[in-house]
Amino acid sequence: MKKNFLLITSLAWTTYFLNADWRGFRGTQNNGLSKGEISATLSQTSEDSWKVPLPGRGLSSPIVVGDLVFVTASSGSQQSRLHVLAYETVNGNKVWERIFRATGRTICHNKTCVAASTMVSDGNVVVAQFSSNDIFCLDLKGNLIWLRGLTFDYPNIANGLGMSSSPVIAQGVLVSQVENDADSFTFGLNLKNGTTLWKKDRPRGANWTSPVVLKNKSFDWVGLQSKEGISFLKPVNGEFMWQYKDGASTIPSSAISFENKTLLVPSNGLTALRTPEYGQNPEQLWRNNKLAPGTGSPAISGNQVFVINRANVLTSASIKTGEINWRLRIKGPISGSPIVTANLLFIFNEEGLCQIIDIKEESEAKVLKEIDLKDTILCTPAADKGSIFIRSDKTLWKLSKKNNL
Amino acid sequence: MIKYLFLLLFCILMHPVFCNDDLFEAIIKIGPKGSGNENLVKQWSSVEKMSSADIPSFFYVMNQANDLGDNWIRAAIFEILEKSGSDSLPKEEIIKFIKDYNNEGSSRRSAFDFLSSAVPQIAESLIPTFIDDPEPSLRREGVQLLLNQAGDLENEQQAIEAFEYALGKARDVDQIEYTCTELKGLGKPIDLAQKMGFLTEWKVIGPFDNTSRNGFSIPYSPENILDSINKKHEGKNGPVAWQNFSTSDRLGLLDLNQHFGHIKEVLCYAYAEFDSMQDQMVQFRIGSKNAWKLWVNDELIFARDEYHRGATRVDQFILDGNLRKGKNRILVKVCQNEQTESWTKQWEFCFRITDFSGTNLQSLN
Repeated sequence: MKKNFLLITSLAWTTYFLNADWRGFRGTQNNGLSKGEISATLSQTSEDSWKVPLPGRGLSSPIVVGDLVFVTASSGSQQSRLHVLAYETVNGNKVWERIFRATGRTICHNKTCVAASTMVSDGNVVVAQFSSNDIFCLDLKGNLIWLRGLTFDYPNIANGLGMSSSPVIAQGVLVSQVENDADSFTFGLNLKNGTTLWKKDRPRGANWTSPVVLKNKSFDWVGLQSKEGISFLKPVNGEFMWQYKDGASTIPSSAISFENKTLLVPSNGLTALRTPEYGQNPEQLWRNNKLAPGTGSPAISGNQVFVINRANVLTSASIKTGEINWRLRIKGPISGSPIVTANLLFIFNEEGLCQIIDIKEESEAKVLKEIDLKDTILCTPAADKGSIFIRSDKTLWKLSKKNNL
Repeated sequence: MIKYLFLLLFCILMHPVFCNDDLFEAIIKIGPKGSGNENLVKQWSSVEKMSSADIPSFFYVMNQANDLGDNWIRAAIFEILEKSGSDSLPKEEIIKFIKDYNNEGSSRRSAFDFLSSAVPQIAESLIPTFIDDPEPSLRREGVQLLLNQAGDLENEQQAIEAFEYALGKARDVDQIEYTCTELKGLGKPIDLAQKMGFLTEWKVIGPFDNTSRNGFSIPYSPENILDSINKKHEGKNGPVAWQNFSTSDRLGLLDLNQHFGHIKEVLCYAYAEFDSMQDQMVQFRIGSKNAWKLWVNDELIFARDEYHRGATRVDQFILDGNLRKGKNRILVKVCQNEQTESWTKQWEFCFRITDFSGTNLQSLN
């Protein structure tokens, strides 16, 4: 029996590695970790690299499913044209584009835009959510499965600065956080047809954080962060399982360690919680007020958690103890979140400079290389099969390693 | 036997039509909060059987659908065109549809978008005809063309005339502002507030208490406007009365700090009367970075409990409603919160009324 369990677990992880993709904000695990290694020799001019023009505006991250990279954009004088686009990962050829009209409010702060939330996929469908709170679920060929307009339904779901929470998928349910000063809700929508499975009243207050999915042996729980803390619920019925109520940031989101044992919450700096078993409460492992992230969310690799503060200082700390390993001032300003492999960290600043940082030593770090895209980059990159995908308003890039290296 | 064969043939031939009817009905029935989604998802497979010849029918269905249904239809047309090729778009029928003002503006706009993708030159040739279009987004295209042409003119007098002509057609705030700036540069300043029809003359009363933002939901006595206007009321710091307040701001902004001073955790009411020449459906257009409520003829039109999330913008909220022939009572509640940061000082709003094309309406009084 034990042998079978090990075999099943092993197969599950193998399947996960083979189908790594990059299926949501900060990857499939929502913690910025790329399973495969990415070379530090990434270059705009390598044979496999490409760039393609994008319409309108957008700061949502690309996602990758199979051989396609997906991204959203918004265009028009009111940004009311909502684009969902699919490109071939191999060459950047556009496979399809769908354009819808916003049914909710499109006014945003000038720095952000209506295409701010990152898409999510379960491998079979992709879901795009916009600041207007329009949600579109399409198959990988671009055929519409269903759509919803949450501000059409509840006209006070809106944020004058714009909304940017990226939805997640767990157990056939799309979990969408649409939380702000006025009407503030989180929805569980049936991934098959978009009907509402549950709707939760949430703390009132602007909230740009994204949910995280805690995968356990027999269940998935979805964590909803807000100014009050973080609450985990069952995606199938919205029942709350446990809550941490000591406050949390409303901009950077939480991250879950690879083994799903530790939850890192941007709360009072950074707070580590041991993720509880069914029916138990979380246990605080440590708290470090010197690890407060700025705009970007923490990333996790091995035993290290990485945060970038408002002063553009990248810090590595131990996931087990919260003790700081090293600090490195990098070139800012930075809006996006870092992504990491076992050995490298990649971060783009707002001026389009990609900084590739060696993180394999827990005692020190150094910048190995910089790539200047010479464009405003506000998003978090996606990674797949050794390449990185990144977008500005006007361009989507694939950066691959230099040939013959 | 022949009769049954005929019936069978009829059913086979007519099957797609009935399929379409079921699909169209499901689209029209799409409602808020996911209502109708389950049925429409079931019906959606019939899109696969449809051809580009069905596209005009979709646009006519769009006339009856809500904004959600419109997006379902856009998805269907994309799917059909991907299968049939964008060349297969029935252009003549689409152009006829766009030109017919009896069709809904949003439907005509969608038809124009698909035409633009398929045959951009033909679509562009329609743009000059949009300058008086009742659909604001189409009209905008026509006005932009006028502005581009005016900007290219080297003769100053011709440029003034061209910009003045464009200004008469423009309805979008940014185009109006741009045109006024150009005309000002050419020595022809425009009264922007008057041009856009802001209500600039109000009566205001306050301050009332808004500690902990609780005043937003407290119905202070001025909310009963019929019984309120000639009385004194108990305010936050003692009795208060309605007073005249007007603005000369270029965008009609009423800076309530000017009247009440820079105070926090307070709210006030602003009241105006609008004399309409007829019963009519209109759009109430309000801008405010403060929490606010709007009543017209004692009916709550909308309430927004949000503070200082971005700047006040003209036409920030566009709300459909009705005016009666004669005097209409407009009451706005504007709240200020406790925040002390420099970007939270503003306590303000602007307000105007337009028709559905964005043309401003002026009160007869």
